[in-house]
This record gives sequence, C-alpha cells and structure tokens, in this order.
Amino acid sequence: MAKIVIDGVTYEVNPSNNLLQESLSQGLDLPYFCWHPCMGSVGACRQCAVKQYRDENDENGMIVMACMTPATDGAIISIEDVQAKKMREQVIESLMISHPHDCPVCEEGGECHLQDMTQMSGHNYRRYDKKKVTHRNQYLGPFINHEMNRCITCYRCVRYYDDYAGGTDLSAQASHHHVYFGRQDDGVLENEFSGNLIEVCPTGVFTDKAFSKRYSRKWDLQVAPSVCTGCAAGCNTSPGERYGELRRIVNRYNSEVNGYFLCDRGRFGFDFVNSENRITAAFRRNRNGSEWIEEVDTGDARAAVANLKKTSVLGIGSPRASNESNFALRSLVGQENFFAGYSDLEHESMQLINNLMTNDTFHNPSIREIEQADAILILGEDVTNVAPRIALALRQSVRGRARELAAANQIPQWQDAAVRELAQRELSPMTVMTPYATRLEDVTTHSIVDSISGLIAMAQSIANEISNEAPSSSEANSDSNKEARDLISQIANELSEAKRPLIIAGSTAGDPKTLKVAANIARALSANRSKPTDLCLLSPEVNSVGLSLMVNSENSLGKALALLSSGEVKNVVVLENDLYRRASTASVDAALQTAESVVVAGHLPTPTTARATLVLPSTAFSEHEATYVNFEGRAQLSYQVHRCHSDVLPSWRWFMGPDIAHVDDLISLCASEITELRVLSELISGADIIPGIKVPRQSHRYSGRTAMKANINVHEPKQPVDEESKMSFSMEGVPSTKDSNILASSWAPSWNSNQSISKFQEEVNGELKQGHVGSQVFEKLSAQQSYFEITNSPQGSPCDLTISFAQQIFGSDELSAKTATIVERMTPSYIGLSLEDADSRGLKQGNTVRLGESSAIAIVTIRSKQKTGTAALYCAPGEINPFDVAEIKTICKSDTKQAVGDLDCLQLSDHWEDD
Amino acid sequence: MTDRPLTRNIDLNRGPLDIAGYEAADGYQSMHAIAKGLSPDDVLNIVKTSGLKGRGGAGFPTGLKWSFVPRGDGSPKQKYLVVNADEMEPGTFKDRLLMEGDPHLLIDGMLVAAYTIQANMAYIFLRGEYIDAENALKKAVKEAYERGYLGKNILGTGFDLDIVLHTSAGRYICGEETALLNALEGRRANPRAKPPFPQVSGLWGKPTIVNNVETLCNLPGILAYGVDWYQGLSRGVDHGTKMFGVSGKVKNPGCWELPLGTPVRELLEGHAGGMRDGLELRAFLPGGGSTDFMLPQHLDLNLDYDEIGKAGSRLATGTMIVLDDQTCPVGMVGNLMTFFAHESCGFCTPCRDGLPWVDEIFRGFEAGTGNQKDLQILHDHIEYLGPGRTFCALAPGATAPLGSGLKYFAEDFEKHITEQRCSYKH
Repeated sequence: MAKIVIDGVTYEVNPSNNLLQESLSQGLDLPYFCWHPCMGSVGACRQCAVKQYRDENDENGMIVMACMTPATDGAIISIEDVQAKKMREQVIESLMISHPHDCPVCEEGGECHLQDMTQMSGHNYRRYDKKKVTHRNQYLGPFINHEMNRCITCYRCVRYYDDYAGGTDLSAQASHHHVYFGRQDDGVLENEFSGNLIEVCPTGVFTDKAFSKRYSRKWDLQVAPSVCTGCAAGCNTSPGERYGELRRIVNRYNSEVNGYFLCDRGRFGFDFVNSENRITAAFRRNRNGSEWIEEVDTGDARAAVANLKKTSVLGIGSPRASNESNFALRSLVGQENFFAGYSDLEHESMQLINNLMTNDTFHNPSIREIEQADAILILGEDVTNVAPRIALALRQSVRGRARELAAANQIPQWQDAAVRELAQRELSPMTVMTPYATRLEDVTTHSIVDSISGLIAMAQSIANEISNEAPSSSEANSDSNKEARDLISQIANELSEAKRPLIIAGSTAGDPKTLKVAANIARALSANRSKPTDLCLLSPEVNSVGLSLMVNSENSLGKALALLSSGEVKNVVVLENDLYRRASTASVDAALQTAESVVVAGHLPTPTTARATLVLPSTAFSEHEATYVNFEGRAQLSYQVHRCHSDVLPSWRWFMGPDIAHVDDLISLCASEITELRVLSELISGADIIPGIKVPRQSHRYSGRTAMKANINVHEPKQPVDEESKMSFSMEGVPSTKDSNILASSWAPSWNSNQSISKFQEEVNGELKQGHVGSQVFEKLSAQQSYFEITNSPQGSPCDLTISFAQQIFGSDELSAKTATIVERMTPSYIGLSLEDADSRGLKQGNTVRLGESSAIAIVTIRSKQKTGTAALYCAPGEINPFDVAEIKTICKSDTKQAVGDLDCLQLSDHWEDD
Repeated sequence: MTDRPLTRNIDLNRGPLDIAGYEAADGYQSMHAIAKGLSPDDVLNIVKTSGLKGRGGAGFPTGLKWSFVPRGDGSPKQKYLVVNADEMEPGTFKDRLLMEGDPHLLIDGMLVAAYTIQANMAYIFLRGEYIDAENALKKAVKEAYERGYLGKNILGTGFDLDIVLHTSAGRYICGEETALLNALEGRRANPRAKPPFPQVSGLWGKPTIVNNVETLCNLPGILAYGVDWYQGLSRGVDHGTKMFGVSGKVKNPGCWELPLGTPVRELLEGHAGGMRDGLELRAFLPGGGSTDFMLPQHLDLNLDYDEIGKAGSRLATGTMIVLDDQTCPVGMVGNLMTFFAHESCGFCTPCRDGLPWVDEIFRGFEAGTGNQKDLQILHDHIEYLGPGRTFCALAPGATAPLGSGLKYFAEDFEKHITEQRCSYKH
C-alpha cells in the first residue's frame, strides 16, 4: 500500500494502479472518458486532469492526467485545484463543439456518461459559434444503431471491439476533428460481443436497435437482478420491462462471472418473452379422431396434474428450466421417475462432469479465474459458440504473456497501449483441439483440427508426456511422425511450465471420452504441481448442472422414451423442453404417441407441445424468481422482473401442492432435500434491510405510473403486491442502491450511467459491497488418484466422412433463436468440408447436399482447416434434428430447387476462398 | 579536415557523389575506425563527449539518448535504428538538402549509430514527397551493399546491418518519433505514451533509437576527425555546425551549414542577404513553424540552443521563417494554425478539437467577422493546448507562434476586430 494525499486528505492506495482508478476506488468524483476499468488507460481524452505537486513545498504544481500517472507513495494531488478544474471544463467544452445536444431524442439520455461528466465538470454555456462537423451514419446490423454525430472521440469503441474483443471490422478512420469510428463499409458488426459497444460508448453513438423500436428511459424501466439463460456461463443481467413488455437487457456486474460484458446472444436474445405465440392459458388436446383443443381453467389444470400422482407417470426435466421447476417436477413424480431432459450422450457427460467437479484434484475456475490462466488447452469445445462469455475471457487470458513482459520492463499494467505495443503478437500459449476451426483461431498458438477420436488420441499423448503415469493412446507413438511428437511435447511443456494452466472440455463435443482425457491431462498436471489444476467443464445450457444434480444416473431420456413407447408408463410430464431437440424424431414420436397423457409445461409452442394432451403455460426467465447453477457449479438467484398474464405460472406452481406458497419456501425445501443444492438457501438468506420494507423494482423517477393504464380505467389501480419476493412492483421502499445484493441498475448521485458501478465496488474491478457472487454447489472431496483408462477406437462411422456437430452462437440456443433480431443473424444448416472432400464429391462452395436418405439439406462451405475425411455439420433449429442424421451413410449433391438461404451470416475463421 | 562536415560534398551543380567519390573524400572512415577496434561503448563515449545534440528540434544530447538502450546479455537481441527523415516542419528544408546532396553521409552516420546500439536493422522513414532524396538514397544504399558497408559482417567486424527505405504516406505527426514508429508498423500515426520510451519499447516493442537525418550526418566527422576538431567547429556554447535556413521575403532565401553560435544577424543579413528592398523585418520564427516569434531586438543573439531558449523561443530545426512589415501577422499565424489543425492526429481532445476552433477563429478574423470573444477564446487555448495538457508536442508547438503572436501583434488582432477586416489587404 502507498499513501497519497488528495486535496489535503491522506488515502491508502494501491501503488500499482493509476491516480484515476485509485481516486474512484476511494469514492471520489473525477470525470473521465477514455479510461475504462477493465481496459486501462491511454490518455486520449484528457478529462481526468488533476494537479500534482512535487512535494509539500511545491506551490505551483503541474497539470497531469490522473489516468496516466501512477499512484506512487507520497504523491500529492489536487482534484479541486482551480487550474485543474478549468482544464476539465475546457476539455468538455471541446468535446461538445460538434456534439448535437440532442439529449431529448437520444436514447443514451438519462444514462449518459457524457451528460454526467459534463455536469460534473461544470461546463455550461456554449461559446463555439462555428459550423459543427457532421458525419454519415452506417448500417451496422440488427443489433446496433450508429449515430456518429454524438461521438466525442474517446477511442473506447475501437479499444474494446478490436483490442479487447478481437473484432476486425470496426476502426478509427480519418484524422484531426474528422476522426470517424465505423466499418469500412456499411454492414453487420461481426464480432460476437458487439453489443457491449452500447455500454462501452460513453454517449449515444452505439445504441440498442431493438430497444429503439420500443424505447423507454432508464428510469422508466422496471428492473430486477437477473441471470442470463442463454448458456451455462450464468452471466448476470439486468432486464428492463415497461408496459408488460421486456424491452432490453444490459450487463449487471458480477466480479467473478461476467464483469462488465455480455455476449450478443445474451444481450439481444430475449424477445421470445414478448412473443405473440406465448402460451397464455392451459389447454387440453384430444388426440383421438379429429383433433380439438379446449382451454382449461387453471384450477382444473392443477387438479389434473395433481391426479397424475396416482397414476404411473414419469417426469422429464429440463436443463433450461430452474432448479425449482425441476425439483417440483421431481417431487411430483418421485425421484425414481424423474428423467434427464437432455440427450443420452449429454446425460453421460453430465454425470461425469459432476463427478469431476467434486474431485479435489481439480479446481473449477470462475470466468475471472479463467482470465488469469497462463497456458490453456481446449479439447473439443467451440467455446465462442457454446459459452461465448468464456471465449471473451480467454482472449484476456492469452494476454498474460503481455502482462509478464510489461512487469519485466517496469511498464504498469494499466498502460494499455504501451503494454500492447511492447508485447505485439506475443501471447500466452493456447492450444485449441477441435473438430473444426474455431473463432479463437487468431489468438491460438496451436490449432489442431481433427476428428474427435484423433483429438482424443493426441490429448492422451499429451497427458502421457506430462506424466508417464497417465495412460497413453494405444495407437499413438507408433505411427506418429517426429513433427507430431514435437508438437505434443511442446504443448505438454507449455502446460507444465505454466503457473496457472487451464484445461477446457465439455459436453457439446459429443463424446464423454474428451472429458476423461481432459481430466487425465489436468490430473497429470496436478500431480506434478502438487496442487489442483483448473479444469473448466462446459455444459451447454443455463441449468444443465442444476438438472444433472437431481437426476439419477440410470434415468436417461432414452430410458424414459422407451418406458413410454413400450406402454410400461402411461403418463409423462415434460418440463420446458422440446424433446425433438434431445432425441431422434422417431423415438420421441413413438413415446409421445403411445403415452396416454402428455403434459407439457412451456412458454412457447414447440413440436413437443404439439403432441401434448395438456399444455401448461409457464413463465419465462424474467417472469419468475429462480435459481440456476452455472458451468462451474455456481448457484445464482435471478429475481422476477415483471408480471405476466395471470394464467401463466412458474412451472413449479403447476407441480407443487398448495402448501408451497412462496418460491423461497420451495428453494429452502430443495436445499434441504438435495444435498448438493443445500447452498441454495444461502442465496435467499439475506434479511430485509428494514424488516417489512421491500426493494422497489421501479426507480424513484419512474414516471406515468398513475396514468399508464388510464386507457383502461381512469382510476389508478392499486400496485400489485409481490407476496413472494424481497422486491416490490413499485417505486416505494428502500432503494436497491443500499444493497448491492439486489442491485439491478446502479445509480449514484451525479452518476446516472453504468459507470456508477464503481460506487458500489469495494475497489475498482473488485467485488460489490455487500455483494453476492453466487454460491458453489460442489464440495470438493478428496479424490481417488486414478487416471481414466480410455479405449479410443475411431467410431465405426457408417459414413465415409466423420461428422461432428457445429454450434452457432445465434441458433444453437433454443429460446434466443426465437428472437427476431437473432433470427436475422442466424444461418441455415451447413456442412463444412475440406477442399479435398468437396472436390472428390464434385461439390462447390454454396452447393447443397442431401444428408443420407432424409430430406435434410445443408449448404456446403469449404473450410481451409477442415481435416480431410471429417465434416462439421450445423443443424439449424427447425431444419434438421441432429439425432436423425447421426447415422447417415451418404452425403450427396442435392439438386433441390427449394430456397435454402445463404451463409452470409456465417462467421468462420477458416473460410476457404477460391482464387 | 573541414569546417563544413555536413555539406562539404554537396554541390548543387552536380549530382551527389557516388560511393567512390564519397570514399575518396574521407567517407566511411568511421566504419574503418570501428573495424580497427572501437567497441560500441567506445563509440558511445566519443559521441557523449562530443556534446552532439539532436538536430530534429528538441536538442536532446544524442549520446545520452543512446545510453538508455538496454545493453548486455540480458537485453533484447533485436534492436532498431530509425531515421526520422519525415521533414515536415513548416519552413524546414535542411534534411532534404543533406539527403539529396550527400546520401552516403547519412548511411555513414547510420552505421555509427546502429553499431553503437547494436541494431542490425535500420529504417529510413522518408517524407513521401522527397522523391529526389528517395532516388539518391536508393542508389546510395545499393552502392553501400555492393561495397560491403551494409549487409553481413561489415568490414570483418562481425556487425551486420540492413537498411530499409520507407517512404511515408504523409502527415506531419509522423515526425513525432512514436507516431512515426506506429506508422512504420502500419498502424494509425498516433503518438504513444512515454514512458516507456522507444529506447526501451520502440518499433515492434523492441529497443529503438529514432534520430534525425542531420544528427546522424554529424557522426562520420566526429569519428573520422575526433572530438576536439568537432568542438572546435562551433562559435558558441553548443558544439559542431548546424544547418540553418531562412525563408520569407529576404533577398537570398536558402540553407547553409554554419557553426553553432553564429549570430542571428549574420545569418539573416549576411547569408540571406537581408530583407528585400522596401521591406522591414517585423519578426521571425527561429526554428520552424512551432517556435515562438522573435523580434528585431533579438538579432544579436547567437544561434545556440540555450541562448535562443532564454529569449523565450527555441532553436528547434534552425530554419528561420521571416515576417516582414507588409505581411499580416494575423494571417501568418492563421496560416500556421490551419496547418497544425489539419495535421492533428485526432487522438487527444485539446489538439483535435481545440486547434480547429482556433483555426476557425483566424478565418473569422480574415473574413472580418472576428470579435472580442474570439480573442478571449484564443487566449484560453494558449494554456489549454500547452505542454503537459496534450498527449504529445504537436499542439504545444502550435501554441508557440499563437501565444507569441498574440503577445507581439496584439494591435493587429485588435485592428482586425475593430475594422472588421484585414488592413493588409488592399
């Protein structure tokens, strides 16, 4: 710690940071633009000018930029100094020269960092009376508006998009006061994390396009802390609602998980909540003879569900439903009748993942910890398309080498441009072993594309190279050439020499052996290091892990379907799940057609609800309070944001008896019944700040409450009472700003934008004060010290191409794929082939192929890194059920005339181009 | 021995000397001296002792600058020498003369510098418009390779050096050494934060020395004839000779190599022939567009870094721009402001948005629409664009003629406002 004096007051600060960061950490107000808490300093905007004095006797001092000056011991600065204040005022005056002052019609208004900083600096009256500089705006795709005239040229957008997120299609162009931030040509911003530009931009250059169409001021949105349901990362979000519509999602800071950033799937993929196809009433379908549908009263529907208890019934859970709903269904049908809601292969993987997560040979790293890894091996997973936020973290991990170099050269880590300049392209080693080239290619040291069995064999050799106790691959070493052996030993060395190596595998690779061999590598490292190694095991959905903790290992989906189609069990309850995404069409058809009653709870019609005899309308993620367990075993609580149609209930309410009135009671019950989930009780344990007073979901500036329903009735309706939650559907109560635990939207006096978060952090980038980062469900048990023996024989593929299934950030997740803006970014089914395989079949880029005997059609894309003999098949939702094509024998050119779309939206790192 | 080590080979009536001619005129003696057993540290000491100061404008001691480059076994193997030949300072044309007139002298100097810092790769970052210099340098580099002064194991010393000639895509800011490095790497020509200095993390993150053309051209003489000879060249406090230029309405504008310490009057009235008939000297910028105005009362000062500095200006590039009494000083400053505003890289706020405003105000004065508020804004910008406030020295350089102009020509500014016109225009 160092002691510095700011305006006569002595503060203890961290000398490895700069004066701006430390001033903010101390809660002081000092305006800034170009500095960003996790992107460091570049000194462009000159807004954080302060006066620094050499010593106590120095009366003149000199103006310095706080963000570019280290907080060295003994530093004496003044924020209040007249010259410093004048400088800051002048900077604002300059920045506002060409700013359009269109706050009343600007969507940033009310949460604009530029507004806040302008007020803070004290600049009031415009002196500039010349012509303003104006710019042409660009079309940037379905997510983001571009309004360059508002730009204050802080360079944050390009620093975030290019340097932090690895984007390549946004740049600073032109010079002097004509600097322009945009693409070379109009077009979709390609990076998967483009939405963060909306929050990174301190003013309204980049705004949320979907939000524009039904815009509301920040203070008019009803908000609550939520957890993204787009994947297993479990990013914290703050959804906003008005007039019964979910309007937008913004990031909610969690130091251990998502920090300041979300992916575009999570930010933009929520509109299914507002879908006009939402199921809003329970209905019964008679499948005998002519089909008819009849609406059912809620009470009758609940009675019908309760009656199922007396029959032979099984329940199928869901990895995208909450712990509470899965637990309620399990309680309804009994644990022995509760089955996995994911595919059999995934069930096997999840069982294995659970086992490994409790093993003290490994550490389950959080996303923040992933960022600290200094050597990485990814086996089988397309991280960018499976758990995107983790891919963004990996882009920071590989910069560990830059951090090392900077330290060796005495360059402070916050000197962002200097550190990048020094390190150039030097990255910490990252090996990516996948069946097709991933979007991390540009930051990958060793990119190995092969069939899964080929990758497993190589990974086994790596494990064996690290520790000869790890079993090696049976076919390895014998035929592999020197080059391959050198590569294996290089990768093994890189991992062995790392201070914090990280191994990543997961269930979407589609082969549990990848998990075993990944664990072997991590185990070998742990043995050599005599401490646990970071092992990150990815699962695809928001509550894959939570569900897996409730399902008996023998209760696979396949078994459930067999019990139903054999007639052994007559009734089935399906929780928030489209089974046609989990098993082959034939097997699901057989099961659902044979069953006497098929009860399906869900929010939207699916092929499964189309087979239901009773459909129960369920709340979506923003309409209920719930807990989920993310990929690393972190249980998190997501609050209800807004109310919905009164006949739509959280799924658990359909299944539980009347004795459970509140969700908190259910969470407690779940915690007491399932040992692994006992930490759930911690999530709801916090006492009310003032007993009996709730935290409002609406801001103290929420407007129009007395009038918003005047078109229905001029009498102001009573505010709905939330019996269940700590939060109220009202403006009254203790503002959440007093308790970061339920902080949905940060706000502090003078800080209306998301930058106000620093007021709630213990220190900049630290944990939130009184915050809760979630609770780890896995308790580490002292492990059996044995390696997995892996029999890795290439699967006897019936097809001459070994097919792996590709993932897409926009499309592979069921619910976000039902959002209009996401649909615009989705791609039809495609098959990635090597040039050789395409040529030998007479296939060209953009041709269509028929998959086996099915009617499934995929577009050919030739990939320069695809291994000959393998293919990466992407099955678009609604087009191909991957379980139907897993066994295909042929892939032949199709002469289909049907329109299949194009692959314009497809982002590949190894797109082959014919020259 | 010579008293004009920089220009002795230059004869504008013929092309530059080829390598044989250059060698015959004691050329490449420095590399032969090194081959006879001078270590890099020996050369560093010679250059330090000589007192050579950088001729690009800042006047920083060259040997001291070099000494910051990490040496020894632990230092990065790859180091770079970069020649700043992006001569774009308004009124400055001295490096052009050196490169067009005697390109081998620059290569000779580069060898000394590269050997001292043990860089085996050197770049000449040349102003794109200097096509004659480009051709001359290309030819000279080729000859030097053929003669074994460049390439591997030069003169059996075990020292290797390759030179790449890079012609700039333009922009004044590329003369700022760190922006130059960014441009050379193919990035936007924005300056970098210092520290780290290029000596530690320069081109592609490696230790790099950026030296001006004229600075490097001083080195062959120092090594060939020694420190005593070099120090004896000067008439003042600073050592050696310097290229001095004069532009403006003088009888004989041009560029000359003169001993440092030569009185201003001798340069202006002697070499440049004094003002054209009928014109009086009003003021002059002593070292290019980004230096403060000096007045006729300063004519008897000597052209030394410190002496000019004490008078409130800078010797900088040593190329003088002369203002006469028939030319509008407001127009002259305004013209410079147009240049600096246009050449701002757009990185930091005061420079990017302040200079164009200043420029607009000058255009208003010219158009007869200026007012007292404008004048106040100009005064506000002197401090706002000054040293420490901006990211690099471009805007502080622009405030030199602006601030001194507002001080010395206050009456002219007032007159533009009260008369709502420029009275110099008829």
